[in-house]
Amino acid sequence: MLRVDRRLIAHFEWPLFLFVLLLTAVGVMTVLSATRSADELVSRFVVRQISWAGIGTIGMLLALSFDYHLLQRYGYVLYVGAVLLVALTAVFGVEGGGAQRWIVIGPLTLQPSEFVKIPVVIACAACLHRHVGEEPVPTLALVLPALLLAVPVVLILRQPDLGTAIIVAIIAGSVILVAGLHWRVLVTLVVGAAFAVPYAWSFLKPYQRQRILTFLDPQSDPLGSGYHIIQSKIAIGAGQLTGKGYLQGSQNQLNFLPEQHTDFVFSVFAEEWGFIGCVLLLLVYVGLLTRCFVVALRAKDSFGLLLASGLTAMIFCQALINIGMTTGTLPVVGATLPFFSYGGSSLLVSMVAVGVLMNISMRRFTF
Amino acid sequence: MVPLSQREVPFALRRRLALGFALVLAGFVLLTGRLWYLQVLQGEEMHELAKSNRIRLHRVPATRGRIVDRYGRVLVDSRPAFSAVFVREDAPDPETTIGNVAHFLDQSQEEVYALLEKSKSLPRFAEVTLKRELAWEEVVALETHQLDVPGVSVAVTPRRSYPLANQLAHLLGYVGEVGPEDIERDKRYRPADLIGKSGLERFLEEDLRGIDGGEQVEVNAVGRQLRVLRSVPEQPGRTVRLTIDLDLQQAAAQALGERDGSVIALDPRNGEVLAFVNYPSFDPNLFARGIKHAEWKDLLDDEHHPLTNRGLQGQYPPGSAFKIPVAAAALEEGIINPFTRIYCPGGYKFGDRYFRCWHRGGHGSMNLHDAIVHSCDVFFYQVAQRLGIETIARYARAFGFGASSGLEFGSENPGTIPDKEWKRRRFGQPWYAGETLSVAIGQGYVSATPLQMANMIAATAVGQRMRPHFVMQVEKTDGEFVRRFEPEVVAQLPLKDSTIALLRESLRDVVHSREGTGRRALLEGVEIAGKTLTSQVVRLKKQGQAATEIPWRHRDHAGFVAYAPVEAPEIAVAVIVEHAEAGGGKTAAPVARDVFAAYFELKQSRLGATYAQSRSTADRPL
Repeated sequence: MLRVDRRLIAHFEWPLFLFVLLLTAVGVMTVLSATRSADELVSRFVVRQISWAGIGTIGMLLALSFDYHLLQRYGYVLYVGAVLLVALTAVFGVEGGGAQRWIVIGPLTLQPSEFVKIPVVIACAACLHRHVGEEPVPTLALVLPALLLAVPVVLILRQPDLGTAIIVAIIAGSVILVAGLHWRVLVTLVVGAAFAVPYAWSFLKPYQRQRILTFLDPQSDPLGSGYHIIQSKIAIGAGQLTGKGYLQGSQNQLNFLPEQHTDFVFSVFAEEWGFIGCVLLLLVYVGLLTRCFVVALRAKDSFGLLLASGLTAMIFCQALINIGMTTGTLPVVGATLPFFSYGGSSLLVSMVAVGVLMNISMRRFTF
Repeated sequence: MVPLSQREVPFALRRRLALGFALVLAGFVLLTGRLWYLQVLQGEEMHELAKSNRIRLHRVPATRGRIVDRYGRVLVDSRPAFSAVFVREDAPDPETTIGNVAHFLDQSQEEVYALLEKSKSLPRFAEVTLKRELAWEEVVALETHQLDVPGVSVAVTPRRSYPLANQLAHLLGYVGEVGPEDIERDKRYRPADLIGKSGLERFLEEDLRGIDGGEQVEVNAVGRQLRVLRSVPEQPGRTVRLTIDLDLQQAAAQALGERDGSVIALDPRNGEVLAFVNYPSFDPNLFARGIKHAEWKDLLDDEHHPLTNRGLQGQYPPGSAFKIPVAAAALEEGIINPFTRIYCPGGYKFGDRYFRCWHRGGHGSMNLHDAIVHSCDVFFYQVAQRLGIETIARYARAFGFGASSGLEFGSENPGTIPDKEWKRRRFGQPWYAGETLSVAIGQGYVSATPLQMANMIAATAVGQRMRPHFVMQVEKTDGEFVRRFEPEVVAQLPLKDSTIALLRESLRDVVHSREGTGRRALLEGVEIAGKTLTSQVVRLKKQGQAATEIPWRHRDHAGFVAYAPVEAPEIAVAVIVEHAEAGGGKTAAPVARDVFAAYFELKQSRLGATYAQSRSTADRPL
């Protein structure tokens, strides 16, 4: 174990740590409600989620135990490893729900596309931080980060997992945006993308088009996500102002959703805790994210700042997409609610991300 | 530790971060607004919807595709049938409902409970099938006593029917209810769905099953449908067109009659299987409606093994039919020429053992042609002894023995072609020269399926081995084809033209010469080439004992392989009759004759029909 610096203990990042513990605890509570049945109150999902929270906490502490500048040097190793793992999933992965996303290692079923998120942020931050200060970042310097983004996104799209691909693209994109690029490049990219879409569309097979249409308009798939959305909205709305009370949500008890403990866990919470509970929960997320921004702003160097902003973007966009999806505001793409949804890979990755943020925060005074 | 980058963080970055933070706040304000709308403004309404939870998902199962013969005649069909389904959510008192239902459906409460237990993992509002294929009285009982059985309704579900019953059962296979492992593997299946369990039903599951449709419906308090909110139509499964000719199939089945065995007819030019008879067989309808334990036990315990697919899995010594590859080997390897004569005194002494010819009196001096026509064993003992087992095995494999024939589905048995390596691996013993003699006449360790025998004679007919196939094409319901199974040459026979010509001439004379063993296959107007075979089941047979005096189980198998017409082969037939009353010539050749007769009659009448049709088209005034 590394020598523990007294200053580190003095500067322990309590706010982030406590926010995460609070969210995880409420998450476990909600998973319990979502998965309980007449026969057993505490399902195996709850037990597993608690164990994963334990593993996640260890991961979080490990992520802050070393100087994060090591990541600047060895981040590429993590990146290459994670991308290889995603590529391997395509070959050895386990199929489920029409997509090949999981890989089985002993007793664990992992979703490698989750583990690619942090390395992508690290890699992008590592290759962009040198150019910070040259306003804007030279266009040529953007080629490498663009490639770093494109490779995992394409691999994940092929699984196919549109949700994770979008999230990886957003978080890597936000690192690039914070680093700063010339507005002309930005405009060119946006316009270029707008033109590329119809072109790419003509290459797709009919069933692929249908899948994308369903993503964009769930109502066009009334038996699948369209139905889920209706039921999820009913559940959330039925919570009304004060909620039905913990373990009292009837929508949830009717098992209306196949993924009520993962992607749709928020609707279970909303039904039981109502508008007031939801606002409080959102405030906790806002608090967490505010603190993340503070960490990014206070980072002692540009690598730390870029890294922190990428990780912040990761937590934010997943929360936004998930809640947006369950409330019928955004298309259903399959994104978990960080710290809340059932799922080991997702919980572990979110906690490690916060660990890195804590790392950045705690080392802002060390030189 | 000295950080690698000590540059002061520029202000522009902090400005962009602040912009990002504003974005986050905006996002959460938006979500809060959305929640306000759903929970406060629409809350009351949503609460009502949730209380009654009246929006249901109804699955409309796809109609399973049909299987038809080469002329489009239905072999397997799907018909609507009534099922009783139960929705737990709609039953205020499930116990009473189950009690009453059991009474109306004549099932024990335990049976119904067991079913419900199985579907516990499903949502409360999901439909659970209680009983399929309701009798009309049961439908009426459930409909009139609706109020006694809240939560139970009658649904129309497609049912699989096999109009041919026992005919082609091994090929077509059957459907049954999905098992838990299927549901685990493929989320499209639900408990009580049908899935192909064996044969083509299983092999072509993806094509046959179609795509389920569904409806979002609003229901009333006892689960009766009020209106359909949205629906997606089901897409029926595809039609599978086989190469089987139903008329020929039935003729072949009739020719075999109620004798255990197998008859296979195929087109040697393209490998299309025209008729595939196994006797005895079973009725797939039993499985489709859910086989009862007693029925299943009867099928398993039957000493005639009706579940065995004899055509693809039955292991028979090819007997004298094996003389075809041995003869080819002898000619090709220069062991003999067409004029070489060998004297048959009725047996052959090898080492301290005496190998008998089937004809005790002996055939006298014979060349290869005569040896095939008379099926002389001694001739082949001597030839084989000079060839050696390795060479025989090589030629046997060239004729398709000892390996599966490459069917697109099913578990074909590859049979056995022994050689030294095989013997060493199997028994850990060296090969004994005497064993080569048994192999020469298709006995000993040699075994083959009827399909391999049909392939062998078909290859002899056209000089090359085609891959046999049963499926001609897969079509959409409107007749447009999705996939075609094209003829495929597996290999050329590695034989000189003169060798093949001599084989064909000899095989023709097996049927057409006066002394030929297969003359009972003779049919007026068509030249047929064939080879009889009689294969020993046990060696105990005493000389001169009539077959009928031996216990059924120990009697020899009789067989016949043949093709016709000799000059331009169109059909090859293999017949195996297990534990026959007499040898191949007497028992199996007439079966093949009947198949040939049916084939050429059908051809004639179809030609006539086409001719008449073309005439009538031509005569039509413009």
